[in-house]
Amino acid sequence: MTDETAKDYDAEMHEPTHFFTKYIWSQDHKVIAVQYSITAMAIGLVALVLSWLMRLQLGFPGVFDFIDQEAYYQYVTMHGMIMVIYLLTAFFLGGFGNYLIPLMVGARDMVFPYLNMLSYWVYLLAVLVLVASFFVTGGPTGAGWTLYPPQSILPGTPGYDGGIILMLVSLIIFIVAFTMGGLNYVTTILQARARGMTLMRMPLSVWGIFVATFMGLLAFPALFVSGVMLLLDRVIGTSFFMPEIVSLGEPLAYGGGSPLLFQHLFWFFGHPEVYIVALPAFGIVSDLLSVHARKAIFGYRMMVWALLAIGVLSFIVWAHHMYVSGMDPAFGYFFAVTTLIIAVPTAIKVYNWTLTLWKADIHLTIPMMFAIAFILTFVFGGLTGLFLGNVVVDVPLSDTYFVVAHFHMVMGVAPILVVFGAIYHWYPKITGRMLHEGMGKVHFWVTFLGTYAIYFPMHYLGFVGVPRRYYDYEDIEFIPDSVADLNMAITIAALVVGAAQLMFIYNLVWSLIWGKKADSNPWKANSLEWQTPDTPPKHGNWGVEMPTVYRWAYDFSVPGAAEDYMPQNMPPQPFEAHRAAHPEEGPEEDKPGEDKPEEGGT
Amino acid sequence: MARNNHTPSEKTPAPIGRHEELLTDWASDREAFKNVSWGKSMMWIFLLSDTFIFGTFLTGYMTVRMTTTVPWPNPSEVFALTIGGVELPLVLIAIMTFILISSSGTMAMAVNMGYRGDRKKAGILMLVTALFGLSFVSMQAFEWTKLIHEGVRPWENPFGAHQFGATFFMITGFHGLHVSVGVIYLTVVAIKVLKGDYERRGDYQIVEITGLYWHFVDLVWVFIFAFFYLW
Ligand code: HEM
Ligand SMILES: [Cu+2]
Repeated sequence: MTDETAKDYDAEMHEPTHFFTKYIWSQDHKVIAVQYSITAMAIGLVALVLSWLMRLQLGFPGVFDFIDQEAYYQYVTMHGMIMVIYLLTAFFLGGFGNYLIPLMVGARDMVFPYLNMLSYWVYLLAVLVLVASFFVTGGPTGAGWTLYPPQSILPGTPGYDGGIILMLVSLIIFIVAFTMGGLNYVTTILQARARGMTLMRMPLSVWGIFVATFMGLLAFPALFVSGVMLLLDRVIGTSFFMPEIVSLGEPLAYGGGSPLLFQHLFWFFGHPEVYIVALPAFGIVSDLLSVHARKAIFGYRMMVWALLAIGVLSFIVWAHHMYVSGMDPAFGYFFAVTTLIIAVPTAIKVYNWTLTLWKADIHLTIPMMFAIAFILTFVFGGLTGLFLGNVVVDVPLSDTYFVVAHFHMVMGVAPILVVFGAIYHWYPKITGRMLHEGMGKVHFWVTFLGTYAIYFPMHYLGFVGVPRRYYDYEDIEFIPDSVADLNMAITIAALVVGAAQLMFIYNLVWSLIWGKKADSNPWKANSLEWQTPDTPPKHGNWGVEMPTVYRWAYDFSVPGAAEDYMPQNMPPQPFEAHRAAHPEEGPEEDKPGEDKPEEGGT
Repeated sequence: MARNNHTPSEKTPAPIGRHEELLTDWASDREAFKNVSWGKSMMWIFLLSDTFIFGTFLTGYMTVRMTTTVPWPNPSEVFALTIGGVELPLVLIAIMTFILISSSGTMAMAVNMGYRGDRKKAGILMLVTALFGLSFVSMQAFEWTKLIHEGVRPWENPFGAHQFGATFFMITGFHGLHVSVGVIYLTVVAIKVLKGDYERRGDYQIVEITGLYWHFVDLVWVFIFAFFYLW
């Protein structure tokens, strides 16, 4: 490192010094990541409060008289949409994607930092437009998060005046923001990796985010187009999705459109969307498990191929959401088959996670507990998915609480558990301090057990036939009284779980100031983000010298190594050279973490 | 920073055929597409995403064309111009398509000139391309005006199914927006090329990137043309 390079470095980096350009109008991927995360968390809190309000109504019908039918529909809709799009998608890709990609692949920043910054501000605009819909006449839309026409844009549905318009506009803005960010993520991963960082040496977190982002770039267009068309139907009276309709005895001006078309477009986006939030979670959880079990991830190559296979297959399963929509029943065969096929790569991943834990040196840290909880929850939600993927089983269960239980388990709770685990894992890198462990444990146990208290009983409700999106069940004959008791219990659990989340946010703030100081690699992990010269990493991430990568991210507990981990930028060691020269002494190339000879021979 | 394929811990086998070359590139470090700039790879990925947008628009169009119960207007009549007392079906659109395809030709020449380092010719050819684009948009505006005068609206029209006007204005409008953005983009880059802004780096890949976008917009037009005017 000569003076020359140091000077070049300073000129190239022009690190902002002013507070405004450093923390607000910032082009640094780490700052943008934090901005994304905080915004997503703030709007997620709104969704959480809405879920309490819904639960209060269901648990204690009629007690809270400010919640009427209309308000309930609005809560359901906004809760669902915010959770899926504005919280989970934004958090995983805008938050973790931004933070982890450049650090994990060894880049100074995203390839186009300015565009990346714009992505955040446009996302913020989308959130603000969404929030504005709470304050317009008629309030936010109550069409359900699926926004099915015709009802979503007809008078009688709450939010007919402004709510539905703002919702669609907000979604369109969100997609623009996502595209600006997503192009950056994909290009950075493909074209801006460190020396020695091959694709097959990338940590699985990066792989998960990569595949999910790519899917987003191909799936969001369908939502964009259907959003534009629905907006035109609502605002200027076209009939893309609107058939002939007689309303209050009067024929409306609409006619000739196809409501089914909307459902196809929506789910062509909507199913991949499920995996857009699941794949980053898959990737991140693989890394959490491997680091905290001090063992190489089992079947790395298979894990990558499974991610890619899921990514491709998820584009041809969408109509399993439409078995009762009135589409041609023959489609049901095709989509049931593809749905069951996609379970294969998914199951491979579950086996590999489990096998990673097999005979591992498990450290029950908080990230690890969340990671293990994820496996359990994901398997549980995945199994009910197999039920719902079959037409004959789905038809009676469709639109009941069984579905609500299924999707909350598999795409609500499971990814959220990973978000939590990941925050506990990377918080020390982001802030330089550890999160408070006691509060973390309480948070984990309440959240984990609490979500089972909430969603387990919902499967029974579904079997009894309790329909979803209902404001109350009091006068429905076939619903037994015991449902009311169960609902009350669920509500209490939901409130407790919600309170735990508030404590978590308190912990985030508390630890920022009083948390234990973290050293640069508290978990002794291998991936590059833990090898930065400064913690938290400075602008430009690596100081003057860029990292060089010599190995994958999973060299844990390698026999012969000085320590139980070997960072990706650690050059080849003498014992490795020896082993390469004498292959008969043990396999090297596929690096099984399990070659401790004393354990192998029984 | 030099773009070398330096791999410290792996020996890179000498590439033989195209196929092996692809594999070694993807298995290597730093870049999956060797010597492709960030901007160019990002443009390709963006265009892939944009393909899905137009693909979805056209799928929507085909679907409503099938679901509507009212007969679809006959394009050769709706899109005819009467010139000197003779009704010429599709004449305007034929000219528009010809212009847009010619503009792809001048664009390709601009890219070539850019790589030869002839920045003057490159810049002028880009401006010519932009002019072609501008005339395309103007003719489209003319066509829109004519249809609107005849009473075609997104929600109704005198010739048949409502969805005709709706899909027509939406899809040609969205495409026209792309062309307009392209014209601005071309002009900005052309001026920078002419001013010699890229001389310092000696890299004219930006011309090619602009060209990628422009060719894409042309290609989409071919599909729109086929689906709206010939079906
Ligand atoms: C404490 C946590 C949560 C509670 C108590 C909760 C509760 C509820 C309730 C009561 C409903 C309405 C059921 C109905 O009336 O049909 C609902 C719907 C929904 N929730 Fe959650 N939820 C939680 C977390 C999440 C998360 C993390 C997600 C993220 C994927 C999510 C996504 C959805 C969706 C997509 C709907 C469907 C909305 C609709 O029917 O339009 N929820 N939730
Ligand atoms: Cu699905």
